[in-house]
Amino acid sequence: MAIDQYPTPMLDQLEEGPWPSFISGIKRLRDQHPEQRINEVTNSLLGQLEHSYETRKGYWKGGTVSVYGYGGGIIPRFSEVGKAFPESKEFHTLRVQPPAGNHYSTGMLRQLADSWEKWGSGLVTFHGQTGNIMFIGTNTANTQHFFDEINDYGWDLGGAGPCVRTAMSCVGAARCEMSCTNEQKAHRLLVNNFTDDVHRPALPYKFKFKVSGCPNDCQNAIERADFAVIGTWRDDMKVNQDEWKAYVGRKGRQHTIDNIISRCPTNALSLKDDDSLEVNNKDCVRCMHCLNVVPKALHPGDDRGVTILIGGKRTLKIGDLMGTVVVPFKKLDTEEDWESLVELAEEIIDFWAENALEHERCGEMIERIGLVNFLEGVGVEVDPNMVNHPRECSYIRMDGWDDEAVKWFDRQAEAS
Amino acid sequence: MAKEMREPIETGCPDPFQYMHPVMRRNFGLWAYHEHPRPGVLLHVAKNGDKVWTIRVGTQRILDVFTLRTLCDIGDTYGEGYVHFTIRSNIEYMVTDEAKVDPLIKAIEDAGFIVGGTQNSVTMISHTQGWLHCDIPGTDASGVVKSMMDELIDEFKQANMPNRVHITTSCCQINCGGQGDIAINVQHTKPPKINHDLVANVCERPSVVARCPVAAIRPAMVNGKPSLEVDEKKCICCGACFPPCPPMQINDAEHTKLAIWVGGNHSNARGKPTFQKLVAAGIPNNPPRWPEATAIVKRILKAYKEGARDWERINEWIERIGWPRFFEEVELPFTKYHIDNWRGARKSLNSSAYIRF
Ligand code: HEM
Ligand code: SF4
Ligand code: SF4
Ligand code: SF4
Ligand code: SF4
Repeated sequence: MAIDQYPTPMLDQLEEGPWPSFISGIKRLRDQHPEQRINEVTNSLLGQLEHSYETRKGYWKGGTVSVYGYGGGIIPRFSEVGKAFPESKEFHTLRVQPPAGNHYSTGMLRQLADSWEKWGSGLVTFHGQTGNIMFIGTNTANTQHFFDEINDYGWDLGGAGPCVRTAMSCVGAARCEMSCTNEQKAHRLLVNNFTDDVHRPALPYKFKFKVSGCPNDCQNAIERADFAVIGTWRDDMKVNQDEWKAYVGRKGRQHTIDNIISRCPTNALSLKDDDSLEVNNKDCVRCMHCLNVVPKALHPGDDRGVTILIGGKRTLKIGDLMGTVVVPFKKLDTEEDWESLVELAEEIIDFWAENALEHERCGEMIERIGLVNFLEGVGVEVDPNMVNHPRECSYIRMDGWDDEAVKWFDRQAEAS
Repeated sequence: MAKEMREPIETGCPDPFQYMHPVMRRNFGLWAYHEHPRPGVLLHVAKNGDKVWTIRVGTQRILDVFTLRTLCDIGDTYGEGYVHFTIRSNIEYMVTDEAKVDPLIKAIEDAGFIVGGTQNSVTMISHTQGWLHCDIPGTDASGVVKSMMDELIDEFKQANMPNRVHITTSCCQINCGGQGDIAINVQHTKPPKINHDLVANVCERPSVVARCPVAAIRPAMVNGKPSLEVDEKKCICCGACFPPCPPMQINDAEHTKLAIWVGGNHSNARGKPTFQKLVAAGIPNNPPRWPEATAIVKRILKAYKEGARDWERINEWIERIGWPRFFEEVELPFTKYHIDNWRGARKSLNSSAYIRF
């Protein structure tokens, strides 16, 4: 049935050019979808969006919508110009947790598409920056129907609001030779341990887990996660000298020196006269550069584990913060190792939940109370890997120095 | 009667093995090395000799179910029925037979999608919601990205930058889009306009006050009603007060501008991760194609491509040539707004005799 289409002269210009156009996609739903509800919703959406383009303003506001039993996971959207564009006046997004590492079969994608066109607008994003599949655009009643349907075949909502958020992990061990840990296991163990905190927002603010299998940090965990897990190793890097020499032979010594040897941030590499590579593993900080350049010859060592950094986040409220190293190295081999990873996360979230101000991210709390108080709160000992350099400011009382020194030597003795 | 509500099944994050390509499942943790046979294609070789070719594809990110099914059809007919999505919303097809690579690429391109985004390319711009769905956006991230990718498409396809380039956009200063080698972010430049008649009904005042990063909001009585007021000298126009209090209108057709930041690099390779730095602001928010923003991005990319050495990311290139030369090369003004001015800002000031001429 023909519907009255809102004119979209500005949006039409976004159909020009070679890159695929999201506007053409929305128009296909408006013009070709067999279901009139979808034609009308997307027509209305295009009308509002054109209005935004004309007036250079957004017209959505939030509200409260959730599915039965949960408190979050949905981004409610109500239109401020719903009178003019009534069919999309309720246009909520469901945040759905993707499988760890973002793997899909086409069969499953089709099943999700079927459910979404039954109950929603037919628009979906793989994935939002927080990591969720974002099913964009449904009304309050259909939110519940859609959730029930996909929940029956294995999908669950992610977080929105002050809660543990959907986690992210890199493709890692599934297809990457640099992987130093089992990313999907770390991802699922961590976030699924906090399912209740994902679905019922009751924390001071959001808390994000992200897992990258090596210091390349493809998931941007250090900058964006409250709890970043980064795979690494502590024994010697593996060097296949034959592959290395083949590379030098192909590219030449000057290229090798300019692009690899002299780019090592800690001068840990040396090109020998016979074209072999010498690595001073004591100096290597596992930055990944040389491994990235010659992935056929250089690989992480065998004694693998993870580094954990706490408190990364984007701008609001005190500006961007990088995560801070809190656990320089942790083995993740035995079931006990994995359990203790989860326990550490519990310890940190509990401490933060008790001590943070409202709307204060974990990293902001650490800034306010100081790293040492945080470490004492969660029961982690200090380590020189936690700092770029020791303190510079001399304004400090050090009455407890002798006791602390004894602790350090005791710990050293215990470790050896 | 409403139908009976059932308790949700709280399964959380699904197990990926059920959806993972069998050759990846089989070789989980057992990969030996990878190669880059051509832009947009990766070859991973497992220790047992198994091989998988990955074809990376740029899409419009906001997918309609027709497009999603087209992508699935391609995956079933020319691929092997399994896909993976990257953090920047590219879709990847995996095949275990080299002979399938070319037909797959042809099918993808015939359907209007773009193969590329690997290695030293300008890969897909990661972006946020914008006018299509967020509640405080100053612009439409999807529109900016579509316009920009139209012009950067060759860089997506070719992979001949000095190193990879990650671009992000965010539709407000809160910057959900994340750090980028180049980040195009909206900057509100005027404090929120308050509709005092509505505040008392809609806003939980203490939580709005708590939201402000610079303590610019105070409770106040206006026209005999409880409301809020903003110290406009302090306000940095971040818009964070709008979500909990929509009567604090931050969106503004005139005073919403785009700003460009560079040098955010999340990898640890060669140097510790870095945050992005401001280079350009006051760029008109000019739908539907935002040509001014794209022109600056292209200038930065051109200077980087010509000036950087192999493996230098944008932040490393600038560190080497210095900021004075950077501003010269990209023909952008350096203003007082480029100088950080908060408590910790001295760390960003030059306290050496290192001067660039
Ligand atoms: C009610 C207001 C807000 C809404 C509706 C909202 C919505 C969103 C959405 C939809 C995304 C995913 C974006 C995408 O990928 O398309 C996102 C991500 C994000 N949001 Fe917000 N946002 C809000 C407020 C904030 C605030 C106040 C902050 C301040 C810290 C914030 C920080 C972030 C960050 C850092 C991300 C990216 C997360 C990541 O990189 O993992 N958001 N938000
Ligand atoms: S973070 Fe490391 S292990 Fe993970 S995909 Fe990237 S390079 Fe591979
Ligand atoms: S990984 Fe980085 S620090 Fe280690 S040797 Fe290679 S370039 Fe140097
Ligand atoms: S950047 Fe701002 S406007 Fe855009 S999604 Fe995030 S909070 Fe919304
Ligand atoms: S816009 Fe930001 S700085 Fe200004 S009053 Fe609102 S929260 Fe405070």
